[in-house]
Amino acid sequence: MSSTYLGLPSFPVAAAESTRDEQLRANLRHATHTIRAKRATAISELTDWPELRAAGAAIKDHTLAHLDHYLLQLEAAVTAAGGTVHWAVDADDANRIVAGLVKATGETEVVKVKSMATQEIGLNEALAAEGIHAYETDLAELIVQLGDDRPSHILVPAIHKNRHQIRDIFSRQMAAWGRPAPDNLTDTPADLAEAARLHLREKFLRAKVAISGANFMIAETGTLVVLESEGNGRMCLTLPETLISVVGIEKLIPTWQDLEVFLQTLPRSSTAERMNPYTTTWTGTTDGDGPTDFHLVLLDNGRTDTLADSLGRQALRCIRCSACLNVCPVYERAGGHAYGSPYPGPIGAILTPQLRGTTTELDASLPYASTLCGACYDVCPVAIDIPDILVHLRERITEQRRGHALERAVMKAATWVLDHPSAYALARQTATRTRHLHPTELPAPTPAKAWSNARDLPRFPGRSFRTWWKDRPAGEAPHGRPAREDTTR
Amino acid sequence: MRVALFLTCVNDMLYPQTGRAVVRLLERLGVEVDFPAGQTCCGQAQYNTGYRRQAEPLVRRYAEVFDGYDHVVTPSGSCVAMVRDNYPRIAARAADEGRDEGLAGAAAAAVPKTYELTEFLVDVLGVTDVGAYFPHTVTYHPSCHGLRMLGLGERPRRLLQAVRGLELRELPGAEECCGFGGTFAVKNPDVSAAMGQDKIDNALSTGAGVLCGADNSCLMHLDGMLRRQDAPLKALHLAEILASTEERPYMAAETTGKIR
Ligand code: SF4
Repeated sequence: MSSTYLGLPSFPVAAAESTRDEQLRANLRHATHTIRAKRATAISELTDWPELRAAGAAIKDHTLAHLDHYLLQLEAAVTAAGGTVHWAVDADDANRIVAGLVKATGETEVVKVKSMATQEIGLNEALAAEGIHAYETDLAELIVQLGDDRPSHILVPAIHKNRHQIRDIFSRQMAAWGRPAPDNLTDTPADLAEAARLHLREKFLRAKVAISGANFMIAETGTLVVLESEGNGRMCLTLPETLISVVGIEKLIPTWQDLEVFLQTLPRSSTAERMNPYTTTWTGTTDGDGPTDFHLVLLDNGRTDTLADSLGRQALRCIRCSACLNVCPVYERAGGHAYGSPYPGPIGAILTPQLRGTTTELDASLPYASTLCGACYDVCPVAIDIPDILVHLRERITEQRRGHALERAVMKAATWVLDHPSAYALARQTATRTRHLHPTELPAPTPAKAWSNARDLPRFPGRSFRTWWKDRPAGEAPHGRPAREDTTR
Repeated sequence: MRVALFLTCVNDMLYPQTGRAVVRLLERLGVEVDFPAGQTCCGQAQYNTGYRRQAEPLVRRYAEVFDGYDHVVTPSGSCVAMVRDNYPRIAARAADEGRDEGLAGAAAAAVPKTYELTEFLVDVLGVTDVGAYFPHTVTYHPSCHGLRMLGLGERPRRLLQAVRGLELRELPGAEECCGFGGTFAVKNPDVSAAMGQDKIDNALSTGAGVLCGADNSCLMHLDGMLRRQDAPLKALHLAEILASTEERPYMAAETTGKIR
């Protein structure tokens, strides 16, 4: 994956830092709770939501099961419509292909439609190394780019910034990238949007090359689909002469009829709208209408490996709506940067370790970044059982990574004790007999110190349930099994 | 009807008063309860931490220990969710690996007879007024497993509303996770504590004297924070409230604080 994400700390270390950032916590809490409530309302309007959700999952599963077939169908259709299809095995491969295509046009500037796939491969940095400037045109991506920052949310990459911070970024940085921000820029949303509009308009009118991703690719006709709110995508997809789209191979659906399901579930799940303002579709090239040169770069980058895991492959159903982020209590406190990839939140915790593997501390810590509360699964419009996959990936990590030797030994010993009632009884009795020696806090550095930093340890009871059960006199209560006088004492 | 209590390892070790309350409550409702001594733990900690195969002996143990009972009742939603959702998965994954080792049969036997306490009361016994008396203000935290995996819905609150003397106060943000999450509390202690703090702040904002839940693991985490901060709120298992009557009112166990 992108070099932007190399050498980052593990999730608990990064999250320890970010949870202390009061401003960030307040920004995220406000933003996620607002969208959470709106989404719930938008979904509640649909009486057939469970069926739509099941249909979305079934369409994706079917496509993934026959991915080779549909990819070849797509390639044939795109080619027949005047486009060129490229296959990229990994991020380097994709970046090389895109840089080569841009260079062939003789241009050194490109405009970009918001795209997760190009974030994933670190395309902007790769193009910069080749002397090509890539300009983000999505408002939130623009804020992130001007601020030399990283995105922290799938849909709202600058969710961690409030409008005062955005005003400062615009005033300070716009001049270095093109048209400067107006003097005395205020932090009202209208003024900020106008500043961005003026800054971007210049780029749209000048650009000869655009780069996009896609929300869906329709195999039967070779059509690509982008859903957006701002219209900036539409500008990029129609004005330039050359369009290069980098799309993960799992974005495929077989037919236009299948699209009908996702056009209902995606906007409601992501922006809580019944329908998004702009849906752009294009099929190859059309004379006198839009780009005259179209390239589709199909990206694998770990997806076929993910597909090989019968349980983990569910993650490839994801339509990047970000509903799971918005309901996730861990994301809300830790923020998106702690996940160390363009895919934060619950989906990132299951996708990143599958796409990148679990060789780094960060990637191996992601499946543990969850309480398994299940809120993500409840809202996912393609019914990805995220908690189940998290547990599955934890198993992969405990089996493959060193450093889990002690934990493994403890678990083994615990299971042995729990499977031998006499040993279990002895452990219980020992805990009870020594209870007056137990502290309420622990000195560093024990693993349980992490517990007692914020909480008192529970106290062991003097009399166990089993002793009470054994000693209960018969005769008083119904069925000859009385409760003692002071049973709750 | 042969009914067994599955106490769970957390209650066995730390919260015997919850087990006593379940027995007392069920006996008051005319149910004969048994406690098979060979029971230990459902295997949830092993499974959720990524040691699926370590949970397998405990799946078989559970099925053996509770063989012959019509119903197994437990005061822990997360343990019921473990049995109901994960025992079949454990069996299925063993089958994928070409093994059975009694797991499919054990899961099939365990799942249909296992009930969370409020399910057993409302669905099997058909009662919501259990004749309890508890003259305190209470707010209820529906733990995630009860809420989302088991779908307990209104059952716990209906039971609480029928308790004489009890004033139920709505908990803001009730559906949000408390941040316990088993090993999450030690692997991600900062996020866990931040979530716990928000939960207890919400609970304190109700002005209630008791924070009630139906899962002692979550309550252990919340109560640990409340005690550390010397907050005027006591975490208490639902069973202990339902067991309390006018004749035999609730008395705090020696290991827990008083209701303020
Ligand atoms: S995992 Fe589901 S809820 Fe999360 S972004 Fe993907 S489709 Fe949306």
